[in-house]
Amino acid sequence: MNNMLTSDAATAPPALVPADASRARWRRRARKLAPYAFIAPFFVLFGVFGLFPLLFSIWLSLHQWDAAAGLAAMHWVGLENYKYAVTDPWFAKSLLNTLWFAVASGVPQHLVALPLAFLIHTTLKRSRNFVVGAYFVPYVTSSVAIALIFTTLFSKDFGVINAMLPGPPIDWLGDAFWARITIAFVVFWRYLGWNVVLYLSALQVISGDLYEAATLDGASRWQQFRYIALPLLKPMMFFAITLTLIGNLQLFEEPFILIPPDSGVATSVMTTAMFMYRMAFSDGDFGTASAVSWLLFFIIAALTWGNSRLFGKEGASDVAR
Amino acid sequence: MSHADRLTPSRVMTLALVGAGVVLLAAPFWFTFVFATHDRADIFANPPPLWFGTHFLANVALLLERLPFWRNLGMSLYVATMTTALNLVLCALAGYAFAVHEFAGKKILFALVVGSMMLPSFLNMIPTFMVMDLLGWIDSPRALYVPGAAGALGIFLMRQYIGSAIPRDLIDAARMDGCGELRTFWSVVMPLCGPALGTLGLITFINAWNNFVGPLVVMRSVEHYTLPLALRSMQSPNNTEWGALMAGSAIAMLPLLVAFVFSARRLVAGLTAGAVRG
Repeated sequence: MNNMLTSDAATAPPALVPADASRARWRRRARKLAPYAFIAPFFVLFGVFGLFPLLFSIWLSLHQWDAAAGLAAMHWVGLENYKYAVTDPWFAKSLLNTLWFAVASGVPQHLVALPLAFLIHTTLKRSRNFVVGAYFVPYVTSSVAIALIFTTLFSKDFGVINAMLPGPPIDWLGDAFWARITIAFVVFWRYLGWNVVLYLSALQVISGDLYEAATLDGASRWQQFRYIALPLLKPMMFFAITLTLIGNLQLFEEPFILIPPDSGVATSVMTTAMFMYRMAFSDGDFGTASAVSWLLFFIIAALTWGNSRLFGKEGASDVAR
Repeated sequence: MSHADRLTPSRVMTLALVGAGVVLLAAPFWFTFVFATHDRADIFANPPPLWFGTHFLANVALLLERLPFWRNLGMSLYVATMTTALNLVLCALAGYAFAVHEFAGKKILFALVVGSMMLPSFLNMIPTFMVMDLLGWIDSPRALYVPGAAGALGIFLMRQYIGSAIPRDLIDAARMDGCGELRTFWSVVMPLCGPALGTLGLITFINAWNNFVGPLVVMRSVEHYTLPLALRSMQSPNNTEWGALMAGSAIAMLPLLVAFVFSARRLVAGLTAGAVRG
Protein backbone atom coordinates (compact mmCIF):
# COMPACT_ATOMS: atom_id res chain seq x y z
CA MET A 1 0.00 0.00 0.00
CA ASN A 2 2.74 2.42 0.95
CA ASN A 3 4.71 1.38 -2.07
CA MET A 4 1.69 2.04 -4.13
CA LEU A 5 1.33 5.59 -2.93
CA THR A 6 4.97 6.51 -3.48
CA SER A 7 5.02 4.99 -6.94
CA ASP A 8 1.80 6.86 -7.61
CA ALA A 9 3.54 10.09 -6.76
CA ALA A 10 6.59 9.21 -8.78
CA THR A 11 4.68 8.55 -11.97
CA ALA A 12 2.33 11.51 -11.60
CA PRO A 13 3.00 14.41 -13.93
CA PRO A 14 5.00 17.11 -12.13
CA ALA A 15 2.49 19.93 -12.54
CA LEU A 16 -0.93 18.91 -11.23
CA VAL A 17 -3.93 20.95 -12.14
CA PRO A 18 -5.88 21.84 -8.95
CA ALA A 19 -8.94 19.83 -9.98
CA ASP A 20 -6.78 16.72 -10.34
CA ALA A 21 -5.17 17.36 -6.98
CA SER A 22 -8.47 17.50 -5.15
CA ARG A 23 -9.67 14.42 -6.99
CA ALA A 24 -6.53 12.58 -5.95
CA ARG A 25 -7.03 13.69 -2.36
CA TRP A 26 -10.61 12.56 -2.43
CA ARG A 27 -9.58 9.25 -3.89
CA ARG A 28 -6.94 8.75 -1.22
CA ARG A 29 -9.49 9.44 1.51
CA ALA A 30 -11.99 7.09 -0.10
CA ARG A 31 -9.35 4.40 -0.25
CA LYS A 32 -8.72 4.88 3.44
CA LEU A 33 -12.36 4.65 4.42
CA ALA A 34 -13.41 2.00 1.92
CA PRO A 35 -12.21 -1.04 3.92
CA TYR A 36 -14.23 0.08 6.93
CA ALA A 37 -17.32 0.40 4.78
CA PHE A 38 -16.65 -3.04 3.32
CA ILE A 39 -16.42 -4.80 6.67
CA ALA A 40 -19.19 -2.75 8.28
CA PRO A 41 -22.08 -5.10 7.35
CA PHE A 42 -20.55 -7.96 9.30
CA PHE A 43 -19.95 -5.86 12.38
CA VAL A 44 -23.38 -4.25 12.32
CA LEU A 45 -25.08 -7.64 11.97
CA PHE A 46 -22.82 -9.24 14.54
CA GLY A 47 -23.48 -6.39 16.93
CA VAL A 48 -27.25 -6.54 16.59
CA PHE A 49 -27.76 -10.29 16.26
CA GLY A 50 -24.66 -11.67 17.98
CA LEU A 51 -23.06 -9.51 20.60
CA PHE A 52 -26.12 -7.65 21.85
CA PRO A 53 -28.18 -10.83 22.35
CA LEU A 54 -25.21 -12.37 24.13
CA LEU A 55 -24.86 -9.52 26.60
CA PHE A 56 -28.61 -9.32 26.91
CA SER A 57 -28.76 -12.98 27.89
CA ILE A 58 -26.31 -12.36 30.75
CA TRP A 59 -28.61 -9.56 31.91
CA LEU A 60 -31.62 -11.79 31.42
CA SER A 61 -30.10 -14.62 33.42
CA LEU A 62 -30.00 -12.32 36.45
CA HIS A 63 -33.68 -11.47 36.24
CA GLN A 64 -36.96 -13.14 36.74
CA TRP A 65 -39.15 -12.44 33.79
CA ASP A 66 -42.53 -13.58 32.65
CA ALA A 67 -42.42 -13.47 28.89
CA ALA A 68 -46.12 -12.74 28.58
CA ALA A 69 -45.93 -9.59 30.72
CA GLY A 70 -43.54 -7.59 28.51
CA LEU A 71 -40.08 -6.20 29.18
CA ALA A 72 -41.27 -3.94 32.02
CA ALA A 73 -42.07 -6.97 34.14
CA MET A 74 -38.39 -7.94 34.54
CA HIS A 75 -37.12 -7.92 38.03
CA TRP A 76 -33.67 -8.42 39.43
CA VAL A 77 -33.00 -11.69 41.26
CA GLY A 78 -29.20 -11.81 41.18
CA LEU A 79 -27.89 -15.36 40.98
CA GLU A 80 -31.23 -16.95 41.97
CA ASN A 81 -31.80 -18.37 38.49
CA TYR A 82 -28.40 -20.06 38.59
CA LYS A 83 -29.09 -21.48 42.04
CA TYR A 84 -32.47 -22.67 40.91
CA ALA A 85 -31.02 -24.36 37.82
CA VAL A 86 -28.17 -26.02 39.69
CA THR A 87 -30.52 -27.51 42.28
CA ASP A 88 -33.10 -28.59 39.69
CA PRO A 89 -32.83 -32.38 39.38
CA TRP A 90 -33.91 -32.16 35.74
CA PHE A 91 -30.96 -29.95 34.97
CA ALA A 92 -28.58 -32.48 36.51
CA LYS A 93 -30.28 -35.30 34.63
CA SER A 94 -30.11 -33.39 31.36
CA LEU A 95 -26.40 -32.79 31.92
CA LEU A 96 -25.78 -36.47 32.54
CA ASN A 97 -27.74 -37.33 29.40
CA THR A 98 -25.72 -34.82 27.40
CA LEU A 99 -22.42 -36.20 28.67
CA TRP A 100 -23.58 -39.74 27.97
CA PHE A 101 -24.43 -38.82 24.37
CA ALA A 102 -21.15 -36.95 23.96
CA VAL A 103 -19.20 -40.06 24.95
CA ALA A 104 -21.41 -42.73 23.37
CA SER A 105 -21.53 -41.04 19.98
CA GLY A 106 -18.22 -39.17 20.11
CA VAL A 107 -15.78 -41.92 21.07
CA PRO A 108 -16.88 -44.39 18.35
CA GLN A 109 -16.83 -41.57 15.78
CA HIS A 110 -13.11 -41.13 16.25
CA LEU A 111 -12.25 -44.77 16.87
CA VAL A 112 -13.81 -45.62 13.51
CA ALA A 113 -12.91 -42.48 11.57
CA LEU A 114 -9.16 -42.63 12.30
CA PRO A 115 -8.39 -46.11 10.95
CA LEU A 116 -10.98 -45.71 8.21
CA ALA A 117 -9.32 -42.53 6.96
CA PHE A 118 -5.95 -44.33 7.06
CA LEU A 119 -7.34 -47.26 5.07
CA ILE A 120 -8.94 -44.96 2.50
CA HIS A 121 -5.75 -42.96 2.25
CA THR A 122 -3.46 -45.93 1.71
CA THR A 123 -5.73 -48.19 -0.34
CA LEU A 124 -8.03 -46.19 -2.57
CA LYS A 125 -6.98 -44.17 -5.56
CA ARG A 126 -9.52 -43.80 -8.31
CA SER A 127 -12.54 -44.42 -6.10
CA ARG A 128 -11.37 -42.14 -3.31
CA ASN A 129 -13.40 -39.08 -4.28
CA PHE A 130 -16.52 -41.16 -4.62
CA VAL A 131 -16.03 -42.78 -1.21
CA VAL A 132 -15.22 -39.49 0.51
CA GLY A 133 -18.28 -37.91 -1.08
CA ALA A 134 -20.49 -40.78 0.04
CA TYR A 135 -19.24 -40.52 3.62
CA PHE A 136 -19.89 -36.80 3.59
CA VAL A 137 -23.49 -36.83 2.36
CA PRO A 138 -25.15 -37.20 5.80
CA TYR A 139 -23.34 -34.10 6.94
CA VAL A 140 -25.03 -32.00 4.25
CA THR A 141 -28.51 -33.48 4.70
CA SER A 142 -31.32 -31.97 6.73
CA SER A 143 -31.36 -33.27 10.30
CA VAL A 144 -35.14 -33.50 10.09
CA ALA A 145 -35.08 -35.70 7.00
CA ILE A 146 -32.49 -37.89 8.70
CA ALA A 147 -34.46 -38.16 11.92
CA LEU A 148 -37.65 -38.98 10.01
CA ILE A 149 -36.14 -41.84 8.02
CA PHE A 150 -34.48 -43.27 11.11
CA THR A 151 -37.80 -43.10 12.93
CA THR A 152 -39.28 -45.44 10.33
CA LEU A 153 -36.22 -47.68 10.10
CA PHE A 154 -36.11 -48.08 13.89
CA SER A 155 -39.86 -48.48 14.30
CA LYS A 156 -40.59 -51.31 16.75
CA ASP A 157 -43.27 -53.29 14.99
CA PHE A 158 -42.58 -52.59 11.35
CA GLY A 159 -39.09 -51.15 11.05
CA VAL A 160 -36.43 -52.45 8.70
CA ILE A 161 -33.91 -52.85 11.51
CA ASN A 162 -36.08 -55.18 13.54
CA ALA A 163 -37.09 -57.05 10.39
CA MET A 164 -33.42 -57.80 9.75
CA LEU A 165 -32.51 -58.74 13.30
CA PRO A 166 -33.35 -62.17 14.67
CA GLY A 167 -35.14 -62.53 17.99
CA PRO A 168 -37.94 -60.50 19.55
CA PRO A 169 -38.39 -56.93 18.27
CA ILE A 170 -36.49 -54.22 20.13
CA ASP A 171 -38.38 -51.07 21.11
CA TRP A 172 -35.66 -48.77 19.74
CA LEU A 173 -37.45 -45.50 20.31
CA GLY A 174 -39.81 -46.36 23.16
CA ASP A 175 -37.40 -47.89 25.67
CA ALA A 176 -35.14 -45.51 27.60
CA PHE A 177 -31.97 -47.56 27.17
CA TRP A 178 -32.46 -48.32 23.47
CA ALA A 179 -33.66 -44.79 22.68
CA ARG A 180 -30.33 -43.45 23.89
CA ILE A 181 -28.43 -46.03 21.88
CA THR A 182 -30.44 -45.15 18.79
CA ILE A 183 -29.80 -41.42 19.16
CA ALA A 184 -26.10 -41.98 19.77
CA PHE A 185 -26.02 -44.13 16.64
CA VAL A 186 -27.75 -41.51 14.52
CA VAL A 187 -25.32 -38.83 15.70
CA PHE A 188 -22.41 -41.21 15.03
CA TRP A 189 -23.80 -41.94 11.58
CA ARG A 190 -24.21 -38.28 10.74
CA TYR A 191 -20.75 -37.04 11.75
CA LEU A 192 -18.56 -40.04 10.90
CA GLY A 193 -17.94 -38.76 7.37
CA TRP A 194 -17.04 -35.31 8.60
CA ASN A 195 -14.33 -36.77 10.81
CA VAL A 196 -13.05 -39.08 8.08
CA VAL A 197 -12.69 -36.05 5.82
CA LEU A 198 -10.84 -34.11 8.51
CA TYR A 199 -8.41 -36.97 9.13
CA LEU A 200 -7.93 -37.53 5.40
CA SER A 201 -6.97 -33.90 4.91
CA ALA A 202 -4.34 -34.28 7.63
CA LEU A 203 -3.05 -37.59 6.21
CA GLN A 204 -2.52 -36.00 2.80
CA VAL A 205 0.06 -33.68 4.32
CA ILE A 206 2.18 -36.57 5.65
CA SER A 207 4.98 -37.33 3.21
CA GLY A 208 4.71 -40.63 1.37
CA ASP A 209 8.45 -41.16 1.85
CA LEU A 210 7.86 -41.93 5.51
CA TYR A 211 5.64 -44.90 4.67
CA GLU A 212 7.99 -46.02 1.93
CA ALA A 213 10.96 -46.01 4.28
CA ALA A 214 8.92 -47.92 6.83
CA THR A 215 7.86 -50.49 4.21
CA LEU A 216 11.51 -51.03 3.28
CA ASP A 217 12.27 -51.57 6.94
CA GLY A 218 9.56 -54.24 6.97
CA ALA A 219 6.94 -52.37 8.96
CA SER A 220 3.41 -53.77 8.70
CA ARG A 221 0.39 -51.63 7.84
CA TRP A 222 -0.59 -51.64 11.48
CA GLN A 223 2.89 -50.49 12.50
CA GLN A 224 2.79 -47.75 9.90
CA PHE A 225 -0.54 -46.60 11.26
CA ARG A 226 0.53 -46.85 14.88
CA TYR A 227 4.02 -45.36 14.65
CA ILE A 228 3.89 -42.98 11.68
CA ALA A 229 0.34 -41.80 11.01
CA LEU A 230 -1.00 -41.67 14.54
CA PRO A 231 1.69 -39.44 16.09
CA LEU A 232 1.56 -37.06 13.13
CA LEU A 233 -2.23 -36.94 13.34
CA LYS A 234 -2.18 -35.73 16.91
CA PRO A 235 -2.84 -32.05 16.16
CA MET A 236 -5.76 -32.98 13.92
CA MET A 237 -7.08 -35.38 16.56
CA PHE A 238 -7.07 -32.56 19.04
CA PHE A 239 -8.89 -30.31 16.62
CA ALA A 240 -11.47 -32.90 15.54
CA ILE A 241 -12.17 -34.05 19.09
CA THR A 242 -12.61 -30.45 20.18
CA LEU A 243 -15.18 -29.94 17.42
CA THR A 244 -16.99 -33.15 18.39
CA LEU A 245 -16.99 -32.16 22.03
CA ILE A 246 -18.39 -28.70 21.38
CA GLY A 247 -20.97 -30.05 18.94
CA ASN A 248 -22.09 -32.98 21.06
CA LEU A 249 -22.48 -30.93 24.21
CA GLN A 250 -24.98 -28.74 22.36
CA LEU A 251 -26.89 -31.75 21.01
CA PHE A 252 -30.46 -30.75 20.27
CA GLU A 253 -31.90 -31.64 16.90
CA GLU A 254 -31.52 -35.43 16.76
CA PRO A 255 -33.17 -36.28 20.11
CA PHE A 256 -35.65 -33.42 19.71
CA ILE A 257 -36.99 -34.80 16.43
CA LEU A 258 -36.54 -38.54 17.02
CA ILE A 259 -38.35 -38.59 20.35
CA PRO A 260 -41.69 -36.73 20.51
CA PRO A 261 -42.02 -34.57 23.66
CA ASP A 262 -44.99 -36.60 24.93
CA SER A 263 -43.09 -39.89 24.64
CA GLY A 264 -42.52 -41.87 27.81
CA VAL A 265 -38.76 -41.73 27.30
CA ALA A 266 -38.61 -37.99 26.56
CA THR A 267 -36.89 -37.23 29.86
CA SER A 268 -34.34 -40.01 29.39
CA VAL A 269 -33.04 -38.40 26.20
CA MET A 270 -33.45 -34.75 27.22
CA THR A 271 -30.16 -32.94 26.66
CA THR A 272 -29.28 -29.68 28.37
CA ALA A 273 -29.92 -27.71 25.18
CA MET A 274 -33.40 -29.30 25.01
CA PHE A 275 -33.95 -28.52 28.68
CA MET A 276 -33.07 -24.90 27.98
CA TYR A 277 -35.39 -24.77 24.99
CA ARG A 278 -38.26 -26.21 26.98
CA MET A 279 -37.67 -23.89 29.89
CA ALA A 280 -37.88 -20.87 27.57
CA PHE A 281 -40.46 -21.78 24.98
CA SER A 282 -42.75 -24.15 26.86
CA ASP A 283 -42.52 -22.76 30.39
CA GLY A 284 -41.84 -19.13 29.41
CA ASP A 285 -39.09 -18.86 32.03
CA PHE A 286 -36.53 -16.97 29.95
CA GLY A 287 -34.42 -15.94 32.96
CA THR A 288 -33.68 -19.48 34.12
CA ALA A 289 -33.30 -20.65 30.53
CA SER A 290 -30.60 -18.01 29.99
CA ALA A 291 -28.89 -19.08 33.21
CA VAL A 292 -28.94 -22.68 31.96
CA SER A 293 -27.40 -21.63 28.63
CA TRP A 294 -24.54 -19.89 30.43
CA LEU A 295 -23.98 -22.84 32.75
CA LEU A 296 -23.76 -25.07 29.70
CA PHE A 297 -21.37 -22.62 28.09
CA PHE A 298 -19.03 -22.77 31.09
CA ILE A 299 -19.17 -26.56 31.13
CA ILE A 300 -18.28 -26.67 27.43
CA ALA A 301 -15.44 -24.20 27.99
CA ALA A 302 -14.12 -26.22 30.93
CA LEU A 303 -14.23 -29.54 29.06
CA THR A 304 -12.61 -28.00 25.99
CA TRP A 305 -9.87 -26.64 28.19
CA GLY A 306 -9.46 -30.05 29.86
CA ASN A 307 -9.22 -31.63 26.44
CA SER A 308 -6.45 -29.25 25.41
CA ARG A 309 -4.57 -30.09 28.62
CA LEU A 310 -4.97 -33.76 27.84
CA PHE A 311 -3.41 -33.31 24.44
CA GLY A 312 -0.58 -31.26 25.82
CA LYS A 313 0.67 -27.93 24.65
CA GLU A 314 2.19 -29.07 21.38
CA GLY A 315 -1.04 -30.51 20.05
CA ALA A 316 -2.97 -27.39 20.82
CA SER A 317 -0.45 -24.91 19.49
CA ASP A 318 0.01 -26.81 16.23
CA VAL A 319 -3.60 -26.19 15.41
CA ALA A 320 -3.64 -22.63 16.58
CA ARG A 321 -0.86 -21.80 14.17
CA MET B 1 2.21 -46.62 -2.89
CA SER B 2 3.16 -49.81 -4.59
CA HIS B 3 0.69 -52.06 -2.81
CA ALA B 4 -2.23 -49.87 -3.77
CA ASP B 5 -3.15 -51.56 -7.03
CA ARG B 6 -2.66 -55.26 -6.36
CA LEU B 7 -5.57 -57.30 -5.11
CA THR B 8 -3.97 -58.71 -2.00
CA PRO B 9 -6.17 -60.26 0.68
CA SER B 10 -5.64 -57.25 2.92
CA ARG B 11 -6.71 -54.92 0.13
CA VAL B 12 -9.84 -56.97 -0.49
CA MET B 13 -10.65 -56.79 3.19
CA THR B 14 -10.11 -53.05 3.25
CA LEU B 15 -12.33 -52.56 0.23
CA ALA B 16 -15.01 -54.69 1.88
CA LEU B 17 -14.81 -52.61 5.06
CA VAL B 18 -14.91 -49.27 3.28
CA GLY B 19 -17.69 -50.56 1.04
CA ALA B 20 -19.72 -51.73 4.04
CA GLY B 21 -19.37 -48.24 5.43
CA VAL B 22 -20.66 -46.73 2.20
CA VAL B 23 -23.68 -49.06 2.27
CA LEU B 24 -24.38 -48.21 5.89
CA LEU B 25 -24.27 -44.51 5.08
CA ALA B 26 -26.26 -44.76 1.87
CA ALA B 27 -29.01 -47.13 3.06
CA PRO B 28 -31.16 -44.53 4.85
CA PHE B 29 -31.14 -42.36 1.71
CA TRP B 30 -32.12 -45.32 -0.40
CA PHE B 31 -35.01 -46.12 1.94
CA THR B 32 -36.19 -42.50 1.95
CA PHE B 33 -36.55 -42.55 -1.83
CA VAL B 34 -38.03 -46.05 -1.92
CA PHE B 35 -40.55 -45.30 0.85
CA ALA B 36 -41.53 -42.09 -0.94
CA THR B 37 -43.07 -44.30 -3.63
CA HIS B 38 -45.05 -46.58 -1.30
CA ASP B 39 -48.13 -46.08 0.83
CA ARG B 40 -48.14 -46.54 4.57
CA ALA B 41 -49.26 -50.15 4.54
CA ASP B 42 -46.47 -51.12 2.12
CA ILE B 43 -43.79 -49.33 4.10
CA PHE B 44 -44.64 -51.27 7.22
CA ALA B 45 -45.07 -54.61 5.49
CA ASN B 46 -42.79 -57.45 6.49
CA PRO B 47 -40.37 -57.64 4.74
CA PRO B 48 -40.25 -53.90 3.99
CA PRO B 49 -40.04 -52.77 0.36
CA LEU B 50 -36.54 -52.51 -1.07
CA TRP B 51 -37.50 -51.27 -4.51
CA PHE B 52 -39.60 -48.39 -5.84
CA GLY B 53 -43.38 -48.61 -5.84
CA THR B 54 -46.09 -46.70 -7.63
CA HIS B 55 -47.51 -44.42 -4.97
CA PHE B 56 -45.28 -41.39 -5.38
CA LEU B 57 -47.95 -39.12 -6.89
CA ALA B 58 -50.54 -40.31 -4.39
CA ASN B 59 -48.08 -39.51 -1.60
CA VAL B 60 -47.49 -36.03 -2.98
CA ALA B 61 -51.24 -35.48 -3.19
CA LEU B 62 -51.59 -36.55 0.43
CA LEU B 63 -48.72 -34.26 1.36
CA LEU B 64 -50.48 -31.31 -0.30
CA GLU B 65 -53.61 -32.15 1.64
CA ARG B 66 -51.80 -32.01 4.97
CA LEU B 67 -49.36 -29.17 4.37
CA PRO B 68 -49.10 -26.02 2.24
CA PHE B 69 -46.13 -27.91 0.84
CA TRP B 70 -45.41 -25.72 -2.19
CA ARG B 71 -45.45 -22.63 0.01
CA ASN B 72 -43.06 -24.32 2.43
CA LEU B 73 -40.81 -25.26 -0.46
CA GLY B 74 -41.02 -21.68 -1.74
CA MET B 75 -40.17 -20.32 1.69
CA SER B 76 -37.15 -22.61 1.96
CA LEU B 77 -36.01 -21.53 -1.50
CA TYR B 78 -36.57 -17.87 -0.74
CA VAL B 79 -34.72 -17.91 2.59
CA ALA B 80 -31.81 -19.98 1.26
CA THR B 81 -31.48 -17.85 -1.88
CA MET B 82 -31.57 -14.56 0.01
CA THR B 83 -29.03 -15.82 2.58
CA THR B 84 -26.74 -17.01 -0.20
CA ALA B 85 -26.97 -13.87 -2.34
CA LEU B 86 -26.32 -11.58 0.62
CA ASN B 87 -23.42 -13.69 1.84
CA LEU B 88 -21.77 -13.80 -1.57
CA VAL B 89 -21.67 -10.02 -1.85
CA LEU B 90 -21.05 -9.07 1.78
CA CYS B 91 -18.46 -11.76 2.54
CA ALA B 92 -16.57 -11.03 -0.67
CA LEU B 93 -16.54 -7.31 0.17
CA ALA B 94 -15.26 -7.90 3.70
CA GLY B 95 -12.83 -10.59 2.54
CA TYR B 96 -11.52 -8.20 -0.09
CA ALA B 97 -10.97 -5.48 2.52
CA PHE B 98 -9.14 -7.90 4.83
CA ALA B 99 -7.03 -9.39 2.04
CA VAL B 100 -6.03 -6.28 0.11
CA HIS B 101 -6.42 -3.14 2.18
CA GLU B 102 -4.26 -1.88 5.00
CA PHE B 103 -6.15 -0.09 7.72
CA ALA B 104 -5.89 0.69 11.41
CA GLY B 105 -7.26 -2.07 13.63
CA LYS B 106 -7.27 -4.65 10.85
CA LYS B 107 -5.70 -7.42 12.91
CA ILE B 108 -8.03 -6.99 15.87
CA LEU B 109 -11.08 -6.70 13.66
CA PHE B 110 -10.16 -9.87 11.79
CA ALA B 111 -9.54 -11.69 15.07
CA LEU B 112 -13.05 -10.61 16.07
CA VAL B 113 -14.48 -12.11 12.90
CA VAL B 114 -12.71 -15.43 13.51
CA GLY B 115 -13.52 -15.34 17.22
CA SER B 116 -17.22 -14.90 16.53
CA MET B 117 -17.18 -18.37 14.95
CA MET B 118 -16.33 -19.88 18.32
CA LEU B 119 -19.50 -18.73 20.06
CA PRO B 120 -21.80 -21.70 20.48
CA SER B 121 -25.08 -21.04 18.72
CA PHE B 122 -27.40 -22.23 21.49
CA LEU B 123 -26.23 -19.33 23.64
CA ASN B 124 -27.94 -16.96 21.26
CA MET B 125 -31.18 -18.89 20.83
CA ILE B 126 -33.23 -17.15 23.52
CA PRO B 127 -31.92 -13.58 23.18
CA THR B 128 -32.13 -13.77 19.39
CA PHE B 129 -35.76 -14.71 19.73
CA MET B 130 -36.25 -11.67 21.94
CA VAL B 131 -34.45 -9.35 19.52
CA MET B 132 -36.68 -10.63 16.71
CA ASP B 133 -39.66 -10.01 18.94
CA LEU B 134 -38.51 -6.43 19.59
CA LEU B 135 -37.98 -5.83 15.87
CA GLY B 136 -41.37 -7.33 15.07
CA TRP B 137 -39.73 -9.94 12.85
CA ILE B 138 -41.37 -12.99 14.41
CA ASP B 139 -42.92 -15.15 11.70
CA SER B 140 -41.08 -13.21 8.98
CA PRO B 141 -38.44 -14.71 6.68
CA ARG B 142 -36.25 -11.67 7.37
CA ALA B 143 -35.57 -13.12 10.81
CA LEU B 144 -33.95 -16.08 9.05
CA TYR B 145 -31.79 -14.46 6.39
CA VAL B 146 -30.73 -11.11 7.86
CA PRO B 147 -28.77 -12.22 10.97
CA GLY B 148 -26.51 -14.54 8.98
CA ALA B 149 -26.24 -12.31 5.90
CA ALA B 150 -22.48 -11.83 6.34
CA GLY B 151 -21.15 -15.01 7.92
CA ALA B 152 -17.72 -15.14 9.54
CA LEU B 153 -16.77 -18.39 7.80
CA GLY B 154 -17.55 -16.76 4.44
CA ILE B 155 -15.42 -13.73 5.20
CA PHE B 156 -12.59 -16.03 6.21
CA LEU B 157 -12.87 -18.15 3.05
CA MET B 158 -13.04 -15.11 0.77
CA ARG B 159 -10.08 -13.45 2.45
CA GLN B 160 -7.98 -16.58 2.01
CA TYR B 161 -8.94 -16.87 -1.62
CA ILE B 162 -8.56 -13.22 -2.61
CA GLY B 163 -5.26 -13.00 -0.74
CA SER B 164 -3.76 -15.99 -2.51
CA ALA B 165 -5.40 -16.20 -5.93
CA ILE B 166 -5.81 -12.62 -7.13
CA PRO B 167 -2.63 -10.87 -8.26
CA ARG B 168 -2.06 -7.62 -6.45
CA ASP B 169 -0.69 -6.06 -9.62
CA LEU B 170 -4.08 -6.42 -11.20
CA ILE B 171 -5.78 -4.53 -8.40
CA ASP B 172 -3.09 -1.86 -8.43
CA ALA B 173 -3.42 -1.53 -12.19
CA ALA B 174 -7.17 -1.05 -11.90
CA ARG B 175 -6.63 1.68 -9.35
CA MET B 176 -4.05 3.36 -11.59
CA ASP B 177 -6.57 3.35 -14.39
CA GLY B 178 -8.84 5.36 -12.15
CA CYS B 179 -11.21 2.68 -10.90
CA GLY B 180 -12.88 3.58 -7.62
CA GLU B 181 -12.77 1.10 -4.75
CA LEU B 182 -16.21 -0.35 -5.40
CA ARG B 183 -15.59 -0.49 -9.12
CA THR B 184 -12.30 -2.35 -8.59
CA PHE B 185 -14.08 -4.80 -6.35
CA TRP B 186 -17.01 -5.38 -8.62
CA SER B 187 -15.34 -5.45 -12.05
CA VAL B 188 -11.89 -6.79 -11.26
CA VAL B 189 -12.00 -8.84 -8.05
CA MET B 190 -15.47 -10.43 -8.16
CA PRO B 191 -15.14 -11.95 -11.65
CA LEU B 192 -11.96 -13.70 -10.54
CA CYS B 193 -13.54 -15.13 -7.39
CA GLY B 194 -15.65 -17.72 -9.22
CA PRO B 195 -14.38 -20.88 -7.48
CA ALA B 196 -14.47 -19.37 -3.99
CA LEU B 197 -17.91 -17.88 -4.57
CA GLY B 198 -19.12 -21.26 -5.79
CA THR B 199 -17.92 -23.01 -2.66
CA LEU B 200 -19.23 -20.32 -0.36
CA GLY B 201 -22.56 -20.23 -2.16
CA LEU B 202 -23.03 -23.98 -1.80
CA ILE B 203 -22.08 -24.07 1.86
CA THR B 204 -24.36 -21.15 2.66
CA PHE B 205 -27.27 -22.52 0.67
CA ILE B 206 -27.00 -25.96 2.25
CA ASN B 207 -26.85 -24.59 5.78
CA ALA B 208 -29.75 -22.21 5.20
CA TRP B 209 -31.81 -24.92 3.53
CA ASN B 210 -31.25 -27.37 6.39
CA ASN B 211 -31.57 -24.87 9.22
CA PHE B 212 -34.01 -26.22 11.76
CA VAL B 213 -33.52 -24.38 15.04
CA GLY B 214 -33.80 -20.91 13.46
CA PRO B 215 -37.26 -21.40 11.96
CA LEU B 216 -38.31 -23.46 15.00
CA VAL B 217 -37.77 -20.45 17.22
CA VAL B 218 -39.15 -17.63 15.04
CA MET B 219 -41.70 -19.04 12.59
CA ARG B 220 -45.27 -19.28 13.79
CA SER B 221 -47.72 -19.95 10.96
CA VAL B 222 -47.61 -23.14 8.93
CA GLU B 223 -47.62 -21.14 5.67
CA HIS B 224 -44.33 -19.59 6.70
CA TYR B 225 -42.64 -22.81 7.79
CA THR B 226 -39.56 -23.86 5.89
CA LEU B 227 -39.41 -27.48 4.72
CA PRO B 228 -37.69 -29.04 7.77
CA LEU B 229 -40.18 -27.43 10.14
CA ALA B 230 -43.15 -28.31 7.93
CA LEU B 231 -42.08 -31.95 7.65
CA ARG B 232 -41.61 -32.26 11.37
CA SER B 233 -45.05 -30.79 12.03
CA MET B 234 -46.57 -33.65 10.03
CA GLN B 235 -45.26 -36.23 12.45
CA SER B 236 -47.89 -37.34 14.93
CA PRO B 237 -47.76 -40.04 17.59
CA ASN B 238 -50.10 -42.59 16.02
CA ASN B 239 -51.06 -41.95 12.46
CA THR B 240 -48.22 -40.29 10.66
CA GLU B 241 -48.61 -40.60 6.90
CA TRP B 242 -45.14 -42.03 6.39
CA GLY B 243 -45.37 -42.35 2.63
CA ALA B 244 -46.29 -38.70 2.23
CA LEU B 245 -43.68 -37.66 4.77
CA MET B 246 -40.97 -39.62 2.97
CA ALA B 247 -42.05 -38.07 -0.34
CA GLY B 248 -41.65 -34.65 1.28
CA SER B 249 -38.26 -35.60 2.71
CA ALA B 250 -37.13 -36.88 -0.67
CA ILE B 251 -38.17 -33.66 -2.37
CA ALA B 252 -36.39 -31.65 0.33
CA MET B 253 -33.21 -33.73 0.03
CA LEU B 254 -33.01 -34.09 -3.74
CA PRO B 255 -31.78 -30.61 -4.76
CA LEU B 256 -28.92 -30.75 -2.27
CA LEU B 257 -27.97 -34.30 -3.21
CA VAL B 258 -27.82 -33.34 -6.88
CA ALA B 259 -25.79 -30.21 -6.14
CA PHE B 260 -23.52 -32.27 -3.92
CA VAL B 261 -22.86 -34.91 -6.56
CA PHE B 262 -21.61 -32.22 -8.93
CA SER B 263 -19.53 -30.33 -6.42
CA ALA B 264 -18.52 -32.79 -3.73
CA ARG B 265 -14.79 -32.28 -4.10
CA ARG B 266 -14.85 -28.53 -4.01
CA LEU B 267 -17.42 -28.45 -1.23
CA VAL B 268 -15.54 -30.89 0.99
CA ALA B 269 -12.33 -28.96 0.42
CA GLY B 270 -13.99 -25.64 1.21
CA LEU B 271 -15.70 -26.84 4.35
CA THR B 272 -12.63 -28.50 5.79
CA ALA B 273 -10.34 -25.64 4.78
CA GLY B 274 -12.53 -23.27 6.73
CA ALA B 275 -12.56 -25.55 9.72
CA VAL B 276 -8.93 -26.61 9.62
CA ARG B 277 -7.34 -23.26 9.03
CA GLY B 278 -9.82 -21.49 11.28
